[in-house]
This record gives sequence, C-alpha cells and structure tokens, in this order.
Amino acid sequence: MDPFLTSRIVTDVLGGLTNGVTYGLVALSLVLIWRSTGILNFAQGAMPMFATYVGFALLSYHFGYWPCVVACVIAALLIGGLTERLLVRRLYGKPEINPIVVMVGFLIVLEAVAAAIWSSTPRSLPSPFSSIHWQLAGKPFALSPFIVYEFATALVVMAAVAVLFRFTNLGLQLRASALAPEVSRLLGVRVGRLLTLGWMLSTVVGVITTILVSANFFSGLTPTVMDGIFAYGFIAAAIGGLESPVGAIVAGVLLGVVNQFVTDYVNQNAVIIIALAILIVSLMIRPSGVFTKSALRRV
Amino acid sequence: MITIEGLTVSFGAVQALRNVSLVAETGKITAVLGANGAGKTTLLRTISGLKEPKTGTIRLDDQSLVHKRTEDIARLGIGHVPEGRGVIGEFTVEENLRLGAMMAKVNLSRGLDEQYELFPVLGERRKQHAAKLSGGERQMLAMARALIAKPSVLLLDEPSLGLAPLVTAQLMHTIQSLCETSDLTVILVEQNATSALRIAHHAVVLHVGKVVANDTASLVAADENLRQYYLGLVE
Repeated sequence: MDPFLTSRIVTDVLGGLTNGVTYGLVALSLVLIWRSTGILNFAQGAMPMFATYVGFALLSYHFGYWPCVVACVIAALLIGGLTERLLVRRLYGKPEINPIVVMVGFLIVLEAVAAAIWSSTPRSLPSPFSSIHWQLAGKPFALSPFIVYEFATALVVMAAVAVLFRFTNLGLQLRASALAPEVSRLLGVRVGRLLTLGWMLSTVVGVITTILVSANFFSGLTPTVMDGIFAYGFIAAAIGGLESPVGAIVAGVLLGVVNQFVTDYVNQNAVIIIALAILIVSLMIRPSGVFTKSALRRV
Repeated sequence: MITIEGLTVSFGAVQALRNVSLVAETGKITAVLGANGAGKTTLLRTISGLKEPKTGTIRLDDQSLVHKRTEDIARLGIGHVPEGRGVIGEFTVEENLRLGAMMAKVNLSRGLDEQYELFPVLGERRKQHAAKLSGGERQMLAMARALIAKPSVLLLDEPSLGLAPLVTAQLMHTIQSLCETSDLTVILVEQNATSALRIAHHAVVLHVGKVVANDTASLVAADENLRQYYLGLVE
C-alpha cells in the first residue's frame, strides 16, 4: 500500500476536510438566512442543537437512529418556522443592532433551557456507521465509515440546496423574495411564507450538521456543542461572502484544512488566532467577501 | 374595470391623495398625469395594496381590493410595472419572465414565445442577466414580465423615465397595440404628458393629491390651462 495515503499531510488534509464540511454547512445555513432576511442569526447553532435534543429524545422510547434523524428534521422545521413567525418577523426593518441583540439573547435562552431540561452532561448519540478509522498496511488511515457518511451527507445537502435554488420554481421564488421582496409581491409571490420557509430550510441544514458533529467529535451532544463550530462557520461565511452560498462552503472547507494544519504543525491554541487573522486579512482585501461578485453589500 | 371612489392616502400628517375618484374602463388606456409629488405613484401603489388607504374604495369589476394583500391583488390579474422597472438584475431575462408566469399558471413556453415575439430583443438576450440590459430593454422586460401572466389590468408607472424619445415612442406604440388587440385595461402614470395623451383614451390630472381634471384625453390635451399650469406643456 502506498505510504503516501497514510502520510502526515494526507491525514491532515482529510482531517481538515472532515471539520471543514461542517464549517461549510454552518456557513451555508447562515448565508441562507442572511440572503433572505438580512439577519445574522447568532442562534444558528443553538436552534439546531435544541431540535437535535428533541429528536433524539425518541431514543428513550426505543426508536433507532433514523427515526430520530427524521424527528430532528421535523423539530428543526418547526423551530425554524416558529422562530421566524413569532420572533424574527418583528425585527424586519428595525435597526441592525436589534436582530443581533435578540438572536444572541435567543441563543442564551435556548442553551439555558436545553441545559435545564436535558442537563449539560454530554449525551452520546448513536451512529449508523463505525467511527473507527480504517487501517492501511497496518497504519491508521484518516478515514472511517462514519467520516465517509459525513462527507456524503454534506455533499448531498449542499447539492440539494444548489438544485433547489438553481433549478426549481420554489428556489426562484426564494431568491426573488430575498433580492426584491416588493417586486416579488407585485408578481404574486407570497414572500412572508417564503421567508418562513427559508428559516425552516436553514434550521434543517443546521440540524443535520449538529447530528454529524455530535456523533463524530466524540464530545457528544451538549447545549453548547455548536458554539465552537458556529464561530468557525461564521468566520467562513464572512470570508466567503455572506451573499455567496458557494463562497461559504468553499471558505468553510478551506478553513477546516488550515485549522488542521495549524493544530498539527503549530499548536491547538493557535487555531482560533490564525482563523481570525485570516478573517481580518481577507476582509481588508475583499470587504464584501472573497466570493461575492458585487462590491456592494446589503447592510 | 377599475373603479376608485373617494380615495384618501396619508403618509403621517401628509395627505398624498385626497378624495380621488376615477374609472379605468376595460380595454382602454387611462393616463394619470401630474408633476412630481402629485400622488401618481401612490395611486398605483394603493391599487396594488402596497399602501393602505385611509378612506375610499378600489374595485376590480365587482371585487373590492382594499385591505387585500399585494400578492392576492396580483393573483386577481393586476400587473404592476413599478417606477424604475423593478427587474431583478441578478436574474436572467428568462428567469425574470419565469417568475412572472409562475403565479398565473400560464403555459410557460407559449408565454415566453409570445413575449419574445412582442419584444424580439428579449428573445435574443434570454440568457443574459437583466442588470446588463439597457434602460429600454429593462423596461421591455418589466412589461413582458407583467404581460406573461395575462393580466386584465396593467399599471404602468413612468415607463418612459430615462428613455430616449425613439424608445419611448416604441413603448407607447406597444402599449397602444396591446389595448387594441385585447381587453387589457391600462392605467398609465406619466410625467411625459405629450406621449401619454397621444395614446390614452382618458386622462386624469393630479395636483398635490387632488384630481384637477378627469376627462377624455383629447379634451385634456386641448385644455390650455391644464397644459400650462399642471402639465408643463407650454407652446
């Protein structure tokens, strides 16, 4: 077997990609909401976390992994929809600081409520695939069945979002509602419903990420499980450009790879510093984001 | 037919429309004329439900439009081409048209063919982003996007704004032809009174929110006082 496949560099790249796809998914979910409502959802990690707890509560009733995943998705649809209808809808058109404060507050409330109901003790989630890394010629390889499942799921989610937005009438209406809500209304598009749908979809992307993260990172599910991932997802979205879904994903994946190399070659503690340094430099060079075509940014 | 009676619309303490009444007859062009700030755009936005009236009624045939949502009014067959055209620059020509056709549940390919026949340049640029079109082409796209839904009423807000005289003449000719070949009711808001009066059957002149003339287009065009004081048409 080629020793290159088990070399340090390949191990770092694959490890980085594994983390990177989750950053990319979080960044994508942030971009979905930003593009449709102009709101930076600081509760984008906490809302799916809550939905994951709700869905995996079915474990107590002897349901398996897949029914729990379906329950998580249903919970995410409900949480995303209700949040938009009951909380976010009152924030449209208000000063920029209002939604930021409200969503940070919502993050704190969700984490506190989740801790009160389910406790802060890490809760291990079942996995449909083994997390034990494959061996190549007796040496550990960077991939495991679960990591392949994680990559495949992330690719399917990204492809589904791309197909939805690019090739379907619903996607066209979602994009139109975000870009020109008044014109869309004049054409008969029910913009209010589509904004709710945008939040629902974004929370579903988030819950899939949370399920993957909670199972793969061996930390288990906790009320704060998504806090760190959200920070890197946020950095990726800002680097890629909050208007660009492709940029968010690419930046997320690249950030994951960089973080892995920094962890391996420098220091674990330097990861966030390097990530923030990349963010600052990229914003100085391309304030609208590396992948945003227009120099104008909606604020 | 659109019937408006006693319409009053306010922006805070400022009354944009004061007791406005008019009838836009089926298959006819009704021009709404007046200077900047006369309330022309507010009138169209109120018909479309973008602005709530304080008092008054708006009816499409026998159906009240007041308190209805904009999207529901659009689905009743009222097409609105807003001031500044409102084409979505990030969308291609065809995506803009697809969006227009979606809610009306018309046959998309037939609708596209009809619009490309009416505005051949749009057919040539169907894959181009709307942001890259010229002003005249954008206006054509905005009109085509409204027309593809087969509306019974078309509200046009300043279609000639920023266009060369030749392009304006072509657009006015297209609007006139549409009315002659169908039962389309058009309410045409224009500052370019000469162009509008040339094709309109009926004309309403607004001045600071009030109707100061409501007559046939030919009589309005012949009224020297209106021409001089309200339409800025000095010989």
